[in-house]
Amino acid sequence: MSNARADWTTGHEAILYQSCGTCGNVQYFRRGFCAACGGSNLAEKRASGEGRVYATSLVCRAATVETRAHVPYNIVLVDTAEGFRMMAHGDNKLAIGDEVQARFTQFAGGLIPYFDRRR
Amino acid sequence: MSFITGVGLTSYGKHEGLTSLDLMSKAAELAIADAGLKRSDIDGILCGYSTVAPHIMLATVFAEHFGIRPSYAHAVQVGGATGLAMTMLAHHLAEAGVAKHVLVVGGENRLTGQSRDASIVALAQVGHPDYEVPLGPTIPAYYGLVASRYMHEYGVTQEDLAEFAVLMRAYAATHPGAQFRQPITVADVMASKPVALPLKLLDCCPVSDGGAAFVVSREPTSEARVKIRGCAQAHTHQHVTAAPHLSELGAEIAIAKAKAASGVAISDVRYAAVYDSFTITLAMLLEDLGLAGRGEAAARVRSGYFGRDGEVPLNTHGGLLSYGHCGVGGAMAHLVETHLQMTERAGKRQVRDASIALLHGDGGVLSSHVSMFLERVR
Repeated sequence: MSNARADWTTGHEAILYQSCGTCGNVQYFRRGFCAACGGSNLAEKRASGEGRVYATSLVCRAATVETRAHVPYNIVLVDTAEGFRMMAHGDNKLAIGDEVQARFTQFAGGLIPYFDRRR
Repeated sequence: MSFITGVGLTSYGKHEGLTSLDLMSKAAELAIADAGLKRSDIDGILCGYSTVAPHIMLATVFAEHFGIRPSYAHAVQVGGATGLAMTMLAHHLAEAGVAKHVLVVGGENRLTGQSRDASIVALAQVGHPDYEVPLGPTIPAYYGLVASRYMHEYGVTQEDLAEFAVLMRAYAATHPGAQFRQPITVADVMASKPVALPLKLLDCCPVSDGGAAFVVSREPTSEARVKIRGCAQAHTHQHVTAAPHLSELGAEIAIAKAKAASGVAISDVRYAAVYDSFTITLAMLLEDLGLAGRGEAAARVRSGYFGRDGEVPLNTHGGLLSYGHCGVGGAMAHLVETHLQMTERAGKRQVRDASIALLHGDGGVLSSHVSMFLERVR
């Protein structure tokens, strides 16, 4: 497993996850082993960006100059088609259960995933 | 066996000019005096942390400052669950004979020692540094996410959540040390500024200065015998992204283990002290602990169940939501108030019977849990 993580957390337009070749667990937070079985037989995969909204919170009070410029912004938890949960931004009108698709946008000086309702 | 032999609590709100060590010292002095002990009797110290003045060895910094040379001392960090986690550890240390009198202390000038924004930014760091924090979440947003899901699954409304803010404020109005004492209504909560929807300003605890302390001893030091019957923890995750399903959160695991450790049933509980960083926190925890059915906690507030004359009075000092939240000391105030109630020293807040109490703390985003049962023994 290389140390270069070419996903949105390093400014690349991609959502990556890891899949365990031993137990089948999928994990979003990248590490050098499977958090379910401890094995090291991990494959890095690119997610489709499809998912379903699990939870939302519209942030109206931000705490830094950079983030305050964006309020209100919707923080969402999305259950992805690949089976892991991730935090992202989403359209302010998203509701729990909505089928969504990810794109990428700029926020407070960095690249972040942003979900819209799927048509 | 172990007993909580003394408690100390400052008022919460603004303590202009006082440092974290000052507030810890004030509370510690009160607790030691309350236990009828001298500083030199204290042979163990457990303290929390200060976000205003972080230090890698806060317990010894405090011990030196306060003038104690303990045989056991270190800091503990479990976020909002720190106070009860320290109490649990003190209980085990006393039982094991490691120390006779353990001073448990927390205090922070979180309100006047830094800006509110600095506090919010510091606390948001409980989020994942790579996968969450860059998205600009705040602690209210983490809990706002949980609230949205809980409301969706169990049919809880924003008006339901508002009931908890109103209840805590009504209690705080009767405590001279509380930060916010002006009564509020459900309409006031609903009309308060949106922070991280569905949570609004009055759904959130304030940032406070304050200090709290208690002494946990192997033997009682007075007739006021408050015994730790049993306690347990559960830790299921750190980050909300990695949290298990709502039905598998740590509160249910911790309370099941605490019941087994103590032989106490929920139906035995006469007083409850439950972590209330946000209204949703309190609603969920009450239901997870079995003090109300799923989605029914608000109805129990409305019916007076958690009132001073109700079946299970709850956070009668006003909780984090209205007494205030100074960090580690925040939830320690719950235990101080419980002790006052159990020893019939709560003045006009005194409840009829607090002979068996349930305390519960939560750290992170419902990440770390400590449940504890206390009993007044005669």
